[in-house]
Amino acid sequence: MAGPLVLNIQKYAIHDGAGIRTTVFFKGCPLSCLWCHNPESQRYPRELMFHQDRCAGCGECAQACPSGAAMPPDREACRQCGACVDACAHGAREWAGEPWEVRDLVRALEKDRMFYEQSGGGVTLSGGEVLAQDMDYVEALARRLYEDGVSVDIDTCGHVPYERFRRVLPYADTFLYDLKLMDPEAHRKYTGVDNALILENLKRLSGDGGKIDIRLPLIAGVNADEGHIGAVIDFLRREDIRPHRVNLLKYHDTGRGKYPQLGRTYEGAGLAAPSDAWLEQARETFLRNGFTNTEIGG
Amino acid sequence: MAERQERGMNERIQRLRRQSTETQPHIDMERAVLETEAYQMYEGKVSVPELRALTLKHIFSHKTLYIGDGELIVGEKGASPQAAPTFPELCCHTLEDMHNMNDRKVVNFTVTEADLKTQEETVIPYWTGRSMRERILGSMTGEWKEAYAAGIFTEFMEQRGPGHTVGSVKLYEKGYLDYQEDIKAALAALDYQTDPEALNRRDQLNAMSIACDAIMILGKRYADLAREMAAECTDEKRKAELLQIAANCDVVPAHRPQTYWQAIQTYWFTHLAVTTELNPWDAYSPGHFDQHLGPFYERDVEAGILTRDQALELMECLWVKFYNQPAPPKVGVTLKESGTYTDFANINTGGVTPEGEDGVNDVSYIILDCMDELQLVQPNSNVQISRKNPRRFLKRACEIARKGWGQPAFYNTEAIIQELMNAGKSLEDARKGGCSGCVETGAFGNEAYILQGYFNLPKVFEITLNNGVDPATGKQLGPKTGEAKDFETFDQLWAAYTKQIDHFLDIKVRGSNVIEALYAKYMPVPFLSILTNDCIARGEDYNAGGARYNTSVIQGVGTGTIADSLAAVKYNVYDHKNFSMEELLEALKDDFQGHDRILHLVRDKTPKYGNDDDYADGLMKKVFNYFVDNVSARPNMRGGSYRVDMLPTTCHVYFGEVMGASPNGRLARKPVSEGISPEKGADVNGPTAVIKSCAKMDHLKTGGTLLNQKFTPAVVAGENGLDHMADLVRTYFDMDGHHIQFNVVGRDTLLAAQKNPEEYRDLIVRVAGYSDYFRNLDKALQDEIIERTEQSFAC
Repeated sequence: MAGPLVLNIQKYAIHDGAGIRTTVFFKGCPLSCLWCHNPESQRYPRELMFHQDRCAGCGECAQACPSGAAMPPDREACRQCGACVDACAHGAREWAGEPWEVRDLVRALEKDRMFYEQSGGGVTLSGGEVLAQDMDYVEALARRLYEDGVSVDIDTCGHVPYERFRRVLPYADTFLYDLKLMDPEAHRKYTGVDNALILENLKRLSGDGGKIDIRLPLIAGVNADEGHIGAVIDFLRREDIRPHRVNLLKYHDTGRGKYPQLGRTYEGAGLAAPSDAWLEQARETFLRNGFTNTEIGG
Repeated sequence: MAERQERGMNERIQRLRRQSTETQPHIDMERAVLETEAYQMYEGKVSVPELRALTLKHIFSHKTLYIGDGELIVGEKGASPQAAPTFPELCCHTLEDMHNMNDRKVVNFTVTEADLKTQEETVIPYWTGRSMRERILGSMTGEWKEAYAAGIFTEFMEQRGPGHTVGSVKLYEKGYLDYQEDIKAALAALDYQTDPEALNRRDQLNAMSIACDAIMILGKRYADLAREMAAECTDEKRKAELLQIAANCDVVPAHRPQTYWQAIQTYWFTHLAVTTELNPWDAYSPGHFDQHLGPFYERDVEAGILTRDQALELMECLWVKFYNQPAPPKVGVTLKESGTYTDFANINTGGVTPEGEDGVNDVSYIILDCMDELQLVQPNSNVQISRKNPRRFLKRACEIARKGWGQPAFYNTEAIIQELMNAGKSLEDARKGGCSGCVETGAFGNEAYILQGYFNLPKVFEITLNNGVDPATGKQLGPKTGEAKDFETFDQLWAAYTKQIDHFLDIKVRGSNVIEALYAKYMPVPFLSILTNDCIARGEDYNAGGARYNTSVIQGVGTGTIADSLAAVKYNVYDHKNFSMEELLEALKDDFQGHDRILHLVRDKTPKYGNDDDYADGLMKKVFNYFVDNVSARPNMRGGSYRVDMLPTTCHVYFGEVMGASPNGRLARKPVSEGISPEKGADVNGPTAVIKSCAKMDHLKTGGTLLNQKFTPAVVAGENGLDHMADLVRTYFDMDGHHIQFNVVGRDTLLAAQKNPEEYRDLIVRVAGYSDYFRNLDKALQDEIIERTEQSFAC
């Protein structure tokens, strides 16, 4: 099996864990959240992104395409040869997903080592879902970074066999652990999967001494309500999970423009962000219940 | 309008600030007239240094004085705030110039009919043929003039005098009577038996003594005026203030200051004298003002005669004083096109003490509060950050910087010290040093570090690609180093480029040496010489090598453009053979019109400086090292040597205007990159990558570099935002970076980014777990961010 594909190596990531970090976005995720703001990270194989606004209509891509699938982009007929990407002189076509050798990726991530050391930052492995990738690769990556003294955070949806957590646990600094919905049915409806594994993994990870930041994406009409906040708090207390931090992440639709670039439609168009006042209330609820390190934002 | 926000800690400061910012700058002919009178009285009868000192004395004996209502610090360069004297001995304005300065759209200076008449009847007839500008241009060679006209380099001193310098602690340790004692001692020590220069030294020292008289006359006149005004003042509170002003002026500048208030007043008198004597570049600066004022502040607070609020109020009064003095208008094309208001007086807060300890004190925070409160572009208020300074100080400075008005900039104390020591300064002199102007390193109070002009590195490459011909005019300006299409390797092209650099540097340096000699001969500055060690001891002028250290600086411009241009050629023509040199030259000639493929390749598919990519950054280093090594070795005419700064002020705009398209995809007439910042839109990996790339330059070999870092407000919001800024500064400085300033962009920039996304690819968006750039967002989302930006600026 080919190694994982990397979508983006984002330097100066300042909302994905402590300090100044570099976030690696891996391609492919077991969930398909309605509101996903990185839709190019959902599927595992590489995909063509087409920027309509940059297209000059010159026709070079159509000339180059051996399958007659370039213009308009026909994703069924496309053979992924990349001729159109090379032919485009306007930057309207690019690949999402690129293979990286572990060694090269480590070198790229350690470029900002001095910033990590100054700021208490490091590397965050994200996605997509990093723990859904080839775990030999992920473990090697995390270990190499750890051995070089770089903090590694794992940003995860939790929906993977627990064994995968175990493999990175010795090298991970903090797990940025998403809790989307507490009700299994609703979870299935909005993300495509049941949440039993996610909750179970969270318990086990906590029991194994993992340092956890709970991250709650909050969306009006989906989970930005007292019921959800209460259910999260109940669960954490019942299972005696003491997160290092709780982050309340306000919904944003910054990623919606990427759907048409992938030839898809954003199904979350009707979603909305909760009000700042409500978020502040939710934060206070957490504080009141003893989760003293609760922040709005990442 | 009732709710308009007034800046200033109290009603007094608000009023003074309003008066300063709302008064129309105008020309003040008094200095020119008094100077003409003085020359008519003394020229030919006394030595040149004495003539200059007598001129200053004549001006200070007769100039109109001004004490504004509510002012606590007194003295104006002109007759009132925003009055700009002229300096016909440097460059004499034509009547057309006078009309231009009145009519131009950028910061204009009102000129009255009476001013025109004075200029025409009194000033022009006397000064025509005598101004430094005429002497300089008359002494330059044909090749110098052609290269200058082509925009290969500029010349600093054709319109303003040398200067670029900064006061030291000496200003607060001695009064001008004490300096006269020092001068007397130096006169007594002159060796008429064996020193062939003894007589010249005598003239110079006499001139310095006269210059001391000049400033003391000004102080006495202000004491008298304040007393007269107090006698007529019916408001008891103001009367007391005026009497205190008079009492202050009885002490300073003749004697050393006794109080915090007097220390500020003595600085201001000194500032006025330096900037009235001549019109030196970057005016004059208080340097380590916090450290100089610290002992006075402590003593006065201890004695119960000063509160923190009063100390802040006096500081704010001084700030307004700085703002009252616009940079004097230039002549000719420069006057027409350059609307710079700021005079670049520069304050270095923080840093280390001469013993190498943390230099931050209570006054440091007073200065930060003052700049935050007043938000005036003049004085240029900056911080020196040492690893010994508390994080609280750094974060307070970040907090001000993120408000988005450009100040304070951040300087690296440890880098400054190493730069100065590399250039031969003692450890203690290096610690006392800092930056003035934009980012220029100097040994405050001990060094004449004179900027000679900007050097257009990308333009020289353009000429190289055209076998020595300037494509803008078709003139053969450089040597014939070969047709570009005939170079078989990148090394051959590089060899040609370095030959062209050598050629134009030689021309530049020969010209600068002549200009320095002209200033030494015709335009000594006895007053500035009093303040600069070791001019008194040597009996030599600041402009003639009297300072302890004498440096000439050439500023390299276009780092990003030249690095990316070299990369574009090496990568595409030689390494990957994506297109031929002929095709590239054709595309450049056509400004890339109809060459979409080549433009796309050089813009989007070629390594660029600013992304922590060794390919492009390596070429930056190559060109920087060549430049710095070939400038730094050269001796100047004042017993010192040449050094390099990498900064543009606003010259990158002019340097772009004289150029066609560049191989990196920069279109014709567009600005070249500024400072050591990457080319516009070339850096797409965020600030850490920019900083890494910039730090690959060996800053310690320079006398200063300038890096601008752009942020959208959201990226630096909150307590975390401050921490991230502070960490960026600290990390860059750990890498020996010299200077960084933050530009927190406003709505206009984001709107421009929507229109020209290619130029703003460096704008980053950071949202938890989200990956993208501003340019990739659709229009509606960009609109939202723009709207949010506006909101965050409103508060």
